[in-house]
Amino acid sequence: MAVAEKGVAERRTAIFNSGKNGHVSPGAFPTPQQVAQAAREITVPSPRQVIAANAERMKNSSEFEQSMVLNMGPQHPSTHGVLRLVVELEGEEVVQLAPDIGFLHTGIEKNMEAKTYQQALVMTERTDYLGPMINNLVYALAVEKLLDCPIPPRAQVGRVLLSELTRMNSYLVWLGTHALDLAAMSVFLYCFREREMLLDIFELVSGARMHTSYIRPGGLAWDFPKEFKETVQLFLNIFPSRIDEYEALLTDNPIWKERTVGVGKLNAVDAIALGASGANLRATGVPYDVRKLFPYSGYENYDFRLITGTEGDTYERYLVRIAEMRESVKIAQQALDNLPDGPYATSDRKIWPPPKEEITYSMESLIHHFKLWTEGFKPPKGDAYVGVESGRGELGCYIVSDGSNKPYRVHFRGPSFINLQALPHMAKGQVIGDLIAMLASLDPVLGEVDR
Amino acid sequence: MGLEEKAGNLGFVTTTLEAAVNWGRTNAMWPLTFGLACCAIEMMAAQASDFDLSRFGMEVNRPSPRQADLMIVAGRVSRKMAPVVRQLYDQMSDPKWVIAMGDCASSAGVFNNYAVVQGVDEIVPVDVYVAGCPPRPESLIHGIIMLHEKVKREKLAPRSKANAIRFDESGRQVDRIGSR
Repeated sequence: MAVAEKGVAERRTAIFNSGKNGHVSPGAFPTPQQVAQAAREITVPSPRQVIAANAERMKNSSEFEQSMVLNMGPQHPSTHGVLRLVVELEGEEVVQLAPDIGFLHTGIEKNMEAKTYQQALVMTERTDYLGPMINNLVYALAVEKLLDCPIPPRAQVGRVLLSELTRMNSYLVWLGTHALDLAAMSVFLYCFREREMLLDIFELVSGARMHTSYIRPGGLAWDFPKEFKETVQLFLNIFPSRIDEYEALLTDNPIWKERTVGVGKLNAVDAIALGASGANLRATGVPYDVRKLFPYSGYENYDFRLITGTEGDTYERYLVRIAEMRESVKIAQQALDNLPDGPYATSDRKIWPPPKEEITYSMESLIHHFKLWTEGFKPPKGDAYVGVESGRGELGCYIVSDGSNKPYRVHFRGPSFINLQALPHMAKGQVIGDLIAMLASLDPVLGEVDR
Repeated sequence: MGLEEKAGNLGFVTTTLEAAVNWGRTNAMWPLTFGLACCAIEMMAAQASDFDLSRFGMEVNRPSPRQADLMIVAGRVSRKMAPVVRQLYDQMSDPKWVIAMGDCASSAGVFNNYAVVQGVDEIVPVDVYVAGCPPRPESLIHGIIMLHEKVKREKLAPRSKANAIRFDESGRQVDRIGSR
């Protein structure tokens, strides 16, 4: 493992200068022809193919040059859940590998078809359980697109703020487990210390630590509590210094660099051909961020940089995510400063129930309330797709409505599922020890992979 | 009132073998490093800085089932995962205990569908159920303390319950003396 073709300082400057003032450099996207060519060339084998190929190779090889199939998982501390990797090894070198998924298949999309639009919301956060608010948001946005329902500014800004806090939460778990996989125990403990502060904020607004169900179709579940602003401000004041702390532990750490620099390289063309998104794609130098390119919930009003890397290796993915945490703090600060007063949910009585006190004197409100909680709302026939930037990449939600009070079909574009596809390609020819680092830096959440 | 009163301050205590063994078992219980879904994150949080499971001698997670004596089933068990969970349980050496953490492991929670095992007690005997979706780390710690209380009351007789579920060659369950 050769350390640093390019110095750490140089890389960090490049990342720091990337996307200044929202500027996206032209020509950074590869041409469609290049991508199509790469897509034809890259093959991702299935577990059965790997085992068969190994058996074939064993027949023809001599006694001294033999390969073996190693089974990693589904119970393995470094596979981040229940992923099984079928790895063909020649000595320590990975010849090919195939991820075997489905060990956490929960039937979430199917279950949502049996629930009304409001009830189905609780399923969304159980897919990517590290970014519950963003999952709520993408589903809420898709339903709102079906309903064509305007959202008041307080809810819009609150959604952005909570999304960014969720992104930080998700990145903290990524950093903690990534470092833990490469045997840096203390980073894990520090990351979870800050994560507890974030979970306290989530608990403050929604009453639950992880599965919040706070962002709902039509607005927010209820208004922010009065301690909200100061609690978030306290966290935002502390957090940048804590990021410095993680960086002090890792960025220039020789062991960390030895394990990550040059490991699991992915170039821009291959990354796009494999459908990678999020920090994994941006680390290869492609300036693609849904928040910047297809803004939702008013992201166009915030001043933040689109972070891109250059090398596309594990170390670069680490640097990009660390830089994005700082940008998240910036966005959250702007959102907190500009949090307007006013209603927290839409005033459309067909979508959002009337306030409780109104029910006591208005017959019409009582009827609305009753209809909403017994039947739910009925969006018009049609379909809607909304993509947002989650902690892992482009998270999409596609809903088909048949005009009834339950969705006809819901589908999620799970970024971890598609990012995981890049693993067999980037692991080819690397050593097995580095496989752990690559997998951790791709940051898959198996709940979202299998759904 | 025991022997130590008669013997004076000689620096020893007397107890039953059972109590001594159970005391040892409760204070060095090693969980299997084994997370399934959302609950696994809360389990990690329980072991991290704020909640610190090492107060109960339980910070040493063992990735190998041979060295573990507690299985915390943290999350939903899918039909594809169920044989793996059972195999892991079989590989653990006696004495062994199981905590079903969260609603999914206890009763499948919100997922009443084709994909999820409706409660992990269908495949392994469960000692303690922890409710919540996901349970807070405090709930998990409470469940663990409950388990400790249970272990302290155990007899040294062989734990026959562990092998109560048997399967025939085709993998079908033959009889079941579960914990329910």
